[in-house]
Amino acid sequence: MLNVGLEHYLTLSAVLFCIGLYGALAKRNVVIILMCIEIMLNAVNISLVAFSRYLGLITGQTFAIFVMTVAAAEVAVGLALIISVYRHRGTVDVGEVDLMKW
Amino acid sequence: MALSIIFWILAVVIVGAALGVVLLRNVFRAALLLILSFLGIAGLFVILGADFLAAVQILIYVGAISVLLLMGIMLTREQQHGSPFGRLRWPAAVVVAALLVTIVMAVTGTPWSVGILAAPEPTTEAIANSLFSLERGFVLPFEIASVLLLAAVVGAIVIVREK
Repeated sequence: MLNVGLEHYLTLSAVLFCIGLYGALAKRNVVIILMCIEIMLNAVNISLVAFSRYLGLITGQTFAIFVMTVAAAEVAVGLALIISVYRHRGTVDVGEVDLMKW
Repeated sequence: MALSIIFWILAVVIVGAALGVVLLRNVFRAALLLILSFLGIAGLFVILGADFLAAVQILIYVGAISVLLLMGIMLTREQQHGSPFGRLRWPAAVVVAALLVTIVMAVTGTPWSVGILAAPEPTTEAIANSLFSLERGFVLPFEIASVLLLAAVVGAIVIVREK
């Protein structure tokens, strides 16, 4: 219990990923959904870095850098979309943005 | 031993802050808790010996992405509504709990072949070699990532520009 190993980091990563997934599925404010996606990406980064440490391969950390790049691009485009939708429809509730729903 | 105690403290802080992001109704407090969670993850990177990534985590997530998210919250004032749960609240909880149990069983059931841990070394040079070495490097993905960032930033400007 007190000796922290690879399993502890992977379990923490799984817990964090599931919290993020739950938020992304269950919340209605689209900014919160974006935050939950960030939590999920961070959870993946934790397991990548833990693998890199415990298996002795630096490639995991290289992948984490790519994940961060994609996360930054995703937040920039996502917030632009949110602001654009808010300007046109006056809401950030995903239930009310239903123009492409039939 | 000390590292274990730090790990548990950081784990509690990270998971608590992430739960706060999901469960709080106030969007602004959720964003502040998200920043706390990012900082805790930077601490995890430090005790995992990933010094470069810890610095990058603070620069990009705590510095840039959090500011973007706070700007987004301020530009879309929804304080009276907050962040309510949708119709999927309980079905999603069941599905996510099942997924969590599955992942944890897979993690604890797999016999990982972990060797003796080497002492942590500075990783910046190793990451640079891994990215840019000519035989097994990631030069092309690196260039694609930079083009992706440029396209994302230009696209964001085009999307939010007033007609």
